[in-house]
Amino acid sequence: MELKRTPLFDLYSENGGHVVPFAGWEMPVRFNASISEEHLAVREKAGIFDVSHMGEILLQGKDALSFANYLITNDVRKLQDGQVCYSVMCNDRGGAVDDLLAYKFGESKVMLVVNASNIDKDHEWILSKRGNFNVDIKNISEEMAQIAVQGPKAQEILQKTTTFELDKIGFFFFKEIVLGEGINAIVSRTGYTGEDGFEVYLSSVNAIALWNMIMKAGKNLGLQPIGLGARDTLRFEAKLMLYGNELDDETSPLSAGLSWAVSFEKDFVGKDALLKQQADGLKKYLVGFEMSERAIPRHGYAIYCGGEKVGAVTSGTFAPFLQKNLGLGYVPYEIRKSGTEIEIEVRGEMKKALIVKTPFYKKQYKKTKENI
Amino acid sequence: MRYSKTHEWIDKVGEHYRVGISNYAQEHLSDLTFVECIPENTSVEKGKRMGTIESVKSAEDFYAPCSLKIIKINPAIADTPEIINKDAEKDGWIAEVRPTDEKELEELMDAAAYKEYLKGL
Repeated sequence: MELKRTPLFDLYSENGGHVVPFAGWEMPVRFNASISEEHLAVREKAGIFDVSHMGEILLQGKDALSFANYLITNDVRKLQDGQVCYSVMCNDRGGAVDDLLAYKFGESKVMLVVNASNIDKDHEWILSKRGNFNVDIKNISEEMAQIAVQGPKAQEILQKTTTFELDKIGFFFFKEIVLGEGINAIVSRTGYTGEDGFEVYLSSVNAIALWNMIMKAGKNLGLQPIGLGARDTLRFEAKLMLYGNELDDETSPLSAGLSWAVSFEKDFVGKDALLKQQADGLKKYLVGFEMSERAIPRHGYAIYCGGEKVGAVTSGTFAPFLQKNLGLGYVPYEIRKSGTEIEIEVRGEMKKALIVKTPFYKKQYKKTKENI
Repeated sequence: MRYSKTHEWIDKVGEHYRVGISNYAQEHLSDLTFVECIPENTSVEKGKRMGTIESVKSAEDFYAPCSLKIIKINPAIADTPEIINKDAEKDGWIAEVRPTDEKELEELMDAAAYKEYLKGL
């Protein structure tokens, strides 16, 4: 299969990008700096990410909002116009078809932002669920680019590209504004790093111009281009889900600790299965753990407790900011509590670990509650 | 200095041979966080796993460039594996070894051949 390229591909080499295949795309795993250095740059200053591989599916028409609400677990009716929510989209078994962000423009327009690896699967799934809903479903992933600016300096940097006062965009809200000389963009205060920052959606044709504009704006503020390697370690420290690791078609949002993003006050695909899981009691639960012995847990390694194999690691790494060997994984519901001792099988050897509270990293930054 | 296709090097330093990973390999792995080598005094056949190198990104095995016995593991890499990132082909050596058959080294690439080999990757 031929690998796809984002509209920003040509900029990677001049920025020192190390390009690797990822989910069918040729993407930079890192730029000039090492993954750890890029990770710390985002925690301490700011980073710019090409995330144009992400998918956007637009729902438009009279029933757009009610259809979105039927598709996903979170309740979009509770959103104001211009607000965003994180949600899971379940199959009938209560497994996750995908996890996504839902942007509510109004009753008749909702944009779903989905994972790159799931764009075609999601699009087909959504089409199959249309039924009698009066809604137009459009996959606009090809024509949309997405650039993320994340970190404590993100707002100061992005502000230099627009006259719109970005301080007015609250956490998980968005605005349609103009950046630079007439680039129309959707700007949301969202991200996948655990830091304050923005995700900017715009037409692919303007992607290079905007990237260069933001790079210039951030030149003296420590802005660095960031690859997918640090994107993964950043989201991991903040315990944000990676589809294919923490979530998949067989894993329920309740087991993943995402019940806060599930509303049983409405009807949605997978609701019955999730209600049954809840009534029967959850079998497994996603926990975070810290290695007590020197070893790094990795995706797929077995988790043991009391000498018995009880689960598997979903993600693990040396956490560059926290400077610890940390992991996420599923264990039986009964042993999920922090303080529980477990063992991880690392290349045939048992290494001790301790279940700890998550997220591993939580930023205490000021957030406005709504669009002002 | 000789190189394997799996990006290990072996070089005679004083009386002994030293083994490490190439500069290309360390650059590819990016920041190293942990190196595990099979124990001192164990033998390993050419091409078999000699240990694992962990980076922030992933865990990758490295292989014996020739059949050999581990004499000594570099004491510096336990606490400062990043010396491999800084100087992979000298101070970042992983183990001092004794090749079972020095003739096997001739099958490996020299620096020029390895450089050509990298161009094709």
